Amino acid sequence: MDVRSTEPELRTLMMAGLGGDAAAHKALLERLSGQLRAYFKGQLGRFNRGPVEAEDLVQEALIAIHTRRHTYDPSQLFTPWVYAIAHYKFVDYLRRTKSSINDLPIENAAEATAQDDSTHVESSLDLEKLMAGLSPRVRQAIQYVKIEGLSVSEAAVRCGMSESNVKVSVHRGLKALALQITREGADHED
Amino acid sequence: MKTDQLIDMLSTNVEPVKSGQIWKPLIWALAIGGAASFCVMLATVGLRTDAAGGVHIGFLALKLLFMLSVISTGTALLMKLIRPGQEAQKLFRFLFLPFLAAGFVGIVALALQPPSAWDRMILGTEWVTCLFCIPLFAVVPFALLIWALRKGAPTNLKRTGAIAGLVAGALGATAYAFHCPDDSLTFMAIWYGAMVVLCAWIGARLGPWLLRW
Repeated sequence: MDVRSTEPELRTLMMAGLGGDAAAHKALLERLSGQLRAYFKGQLGRFNRGPVEAEDLVQEALIAIHTRRHTYDPSQLFTPWVYAIAHYKFVDYLRRTKSSINDLPIENAAEATAQDDSTHVESSLDLEKLMAGLSPRVRQAIQYVKIEGLSVSEAAVRCGMSESNVKVSVHRGLKALALQITREGADHED
Repeated sequence: MKTDQLIDMLSTNVEPVKSGQIWKPLIWALAIGGAASFCVMLATVGLRTDAAGGVHIGFLALKLLFMLSVISTGTALLMKLIRPGQEAQKLFRFLFLPFLAAGFVGIVALALQPPSAWDRMILGTEWVTCLFCIPLFAVVPFALLIWALRKGAPTNLKRTGAIAGLVAGALGATAYAFHCPDDSLTFMAIWYGAMVVLCAWIGARLGPWLLRW
């Protein structure tokens, strides 16, 4: 991937997203999902793992990028930040599936493509099943704010919670979802 | 689940990110952790008594200087370690400076005294207390630091855990310095240094387990 060509654009989107621009944030995540898919497929290809596992990792990394975006330092380059997260998630995946670099069959090394937009692949995760694992308050907050797209204040009225409680619940919910993806993923591999 | 579905979810109602979200928890952890270890010191061994010669400002200041330099370098390093993709190698080397400096003055202090005085300079009067107190006083700061670091995104868990242990140990040693009746630079270099390093080692062992995200 040519970092120099995408860095300024991705960084601009990231900065807008940090400021609360939802459209920019969405564009950023879409661009990143393509890059991450290429990256994880390239890495997993060396371990004989397929596109479903890659999609699990793409989704896990996207949630991590979203919930940890406050850790990006605007005075630094954006691409190394993304790849450090992706690499961390990949190493974590290897650890929990008990694979190691030693299993690596060199002849299967797959070339990483710059952008992989094969969005037809579904991850092994079932959103409804994941949602069922959340506490009722958190589930409600995610449902209203993140799925139905109600504003935080509307959701607060419907849930009978304060706005800051709704925000906290949404944040917690996303992290809990990421955690469940981690666990589910591990179950599939074992 | 399709990834597009997830992206829709994540980009619905995007909240702006406030600056300072990353370092505030760390500062709180240091402040509350430091205060907590001071209180634990007061509640257990207490301030240095007059019987032990009262507070000797000079030696207390040197002990504090040693520990505060470890705390400040360690904290600066933690700030980098919780941001993915940041190089912290240079700062990491700085961390050894306070230990080298303390070791150096410890040896010089020994060299200036006749060997008959070495026993007292090395073991002091309360080296066993020091051995137990520093790790004990470090427990609360360590727990708070872990809490704060989990709000960031450390990617090198072993190293982050080690630095958290180091800073917590140094906070514990800072509290202990207010009790410590041993006015010897050699004592400080050996026991303070060793206990802080021990805390760092424990932190490194616990890091991958406590900090995973």
